[in-house]
Amino acid sequence: MRYKSLIINNPEDLMFGIAPYPVKTRRGLEIGGGQVYAELNFTLPVMSINKNTLDRVYEHYREIAEGALERAVHLNSKGVVLEFETLLEMTKTPSIGVEIVKIMNEICENYYQKFGLASEIRLTPNDLREFERPAKQRTSGYLEPMMELFEKGMIAGGDLLSIESTGGKEVSDDALMNCDIKTIVFALAVLGVRDMRFLWKKIVSAANNHGKIAAGDSACGFGNTAMVLAEKKYIPKVFAALVRVISVVRSIVAIEEGAVGPDKDCAYEGPFLKAITGIPISMEGKTSACAHLSPIGNIASACCDLWSNESVQNIKLLSGMAPTAYMEQLEYDARLMNEALRAGKLHRNVLQQLLVASDVFTDPQALILSPKNVIRISKELVKGDSYVANARNGALVAIDIIEEALASGKMKLSEMETNYLPILRDDLESIPDNESDFVEMMLPLIDPGKFILAEYGL
Amino acid sequence: MEELLEKLLEAVEFGKVDQKSPYPPQLKGQDGSHEITISAIETGISPQRILEEALIPAMARVGKKFSENKIFVPQMLMSARAMGASMLQLKPFFTSGDIKTKGTFIIGTVKGDLHDIGKNLVAMMVEGGGWSIVDLGVDVGSDRFIEALRNNPGAIVGISALLTTTMVNMGEIVSSIKEEVPDTKILIGGAPVNDDFCQKIGADFYAPDPQGAVEYLNKMAS
Repeated sequence: MRYKSLIINNPEDLMFGIAPYPVKTRRGLEIGGGQVYAELNFTLPVMSINKNTLDRVYEHYREIAEGALERAVHLNSKGVVLEFETLLEMTKTPSIGVEIVKIMNEICENYYQKFGLASEIRLTPNDLREFERPAKQRTSGYLEPMMELFEKGMIAGGDLLSIESTGGKEVSDDALMNCDIKTIVFALAVLGVRDMRFLWKKIVSAANNHGKIAAGDSACGFGNTAMVLAEKKYIPKVFAALVRVISVVRSIVAIEEGAVGPDKDCAYEGPFLKAITGIPISMEGKTSACAHLSPIGNIASACCDLWSNESVQNIKLLSGMAPTAYMEQLEYDARLMNEALRAGKLHRNVLQQLLVASDVFTDPQALILSPKNVIRISKELVKGDSYVANARNGALVAIDIIEEALASGKMKLSEMETNYLPILRDDLESIPDNESDFVEMMLPLIDPGKFILAEYGL
Repeated sequence: MEELLEKLLEAVEFGKVDQKSPYPPQLKGQDGSHEITISAIETGISPQRILEEALIPAMARVGKKFSENKIFVPQMLMSARAMGASMLQLKPFFTSGDIKTKGTFIIGTVKGDLHDIGKNLVAMMVEGGGWSIVDLGVDVGSDRFIEALRNNPGAIVGISALLTTTMVNMGEIVSSIKEEVPDTKILIGGAPVNDDFCQKIGADFYAPDPQGAVEYLNKMAS
């Protein structure tokens, strides 16, 4: 791993709105440069996407962008990011995705010219390679439309490039259901890392060719799947917290390859990435209640630079369309954080402390996100010589932190949860430092029909 | 005989596959479902009794504990593995017709959708409830459901979706199945669907969780 030390060493410096390496955008946002902006994410209501419905699809996105930016202007917003996460059909047929970017970019430009509202589009094609099992990460025919959407979508006005890539997911899904932490480390720190390196070389090169911003990648299909399964009480929350920590070594590869942030909203590994690399990050918490329950509603914003809502359908609410309503909620949260930033160090620290204290001991997934714990875990995540060792070390210190919180009586977990801690610790401790030794250890334990070694350069 | 069935029930309930399995710790060193099933067959206990008096009740207990949030999925999967070890020994009796299942359940994730965690859990619990499973996998269109129904007359169909943009495909599949194989019962499940949606698309039952699917199917079988 390229990073051997942290850019942010002091928990007090891991602050919302401030990143050591801010990102400046075309229309003048300075993400991480001293204020928090809203990042709105949205999707279609229940409908099919086909040639008969395409006009209505385009109309939905027009309505979403118009409604959101109009509301942002009403609220004197200092800037907005609109995240366009494509649906399957929009990536398979890139011209659909490109057209939507074009529609929204025209609206962004119009609001910029008329009202001076700075806004940018984050373009996030979905990873089509997931549609083949076993996945062909490097040779799939799906890579072509994905990269075409990145290329043409940038020209159409997509300024920030992101993806929720899925390398290793074919192995991790079963591992999540079995609470198999060693296979999770294999999926993320071996397969995930290798796929990220392959994919992000391409994305960074494309972004550099067009003068656009390679932003970052979320381990959504891993960490957030674990979070949702834990919410449903399918797996323990302590396990989901460890999956989050392990996902850091996979997501950091985008930055090692040249991504500069802002990292993606659903990447709750973002605070660790910010501490290690100094890039700005997007986060989501209570405002993502439209998409899923969040056990980290307040604490998630403790060091965000963009504040997001995960995804909301374009459906009618009493106040108007749902994305417009969510724009308002995000804007008010951002306004509060910005006022604290304006008022100075004491005030911003107090606000952050309240955001942290209100969640930190309610769930192990919140516990690991307190700035103090992020720094402590991050130090372990860069200490070793391999991604595997770093993933293991980070997860082990996360167990220490959970056990300390339990011992102090500040956090309470059921026996069903705590019974897993010694098992997880034993499994993690059996992982060797070296990637080759680890691969040798794991290959006999994983169904060889699940994945293709060569597709990961193994 | 009764004692063996009791032991088998316990082994499956707590996920003890064989003597070597380290889990669960309280059964360490004891026989697992593999060895107990062999002993039961050798003792002359009928395979049908093994299924009905040990395996199905064990999985019913597991399903109940899961529904009541008393265990997590990994424990349920261990039980399913223990049941699988037992079923391997019973397989010849299914083939010969000495054991009858409650019916066949065809399951798949809807066309355009790759999410299979929920579908797999339902399949596992339904199998544990004494049904034969035909798992069509993910991204399944109406053609494959209809083909499977033709190969398994009288089977019940389960369709799963996770996305709001793929749940709409359930409607087309339900219509096609009802048109081609009219008496087919269809149950649906998945995060974005509900009972209203189920009625709207003409499906027969909405299962909010795996146990709900098992209960509906058992009602259909009785």
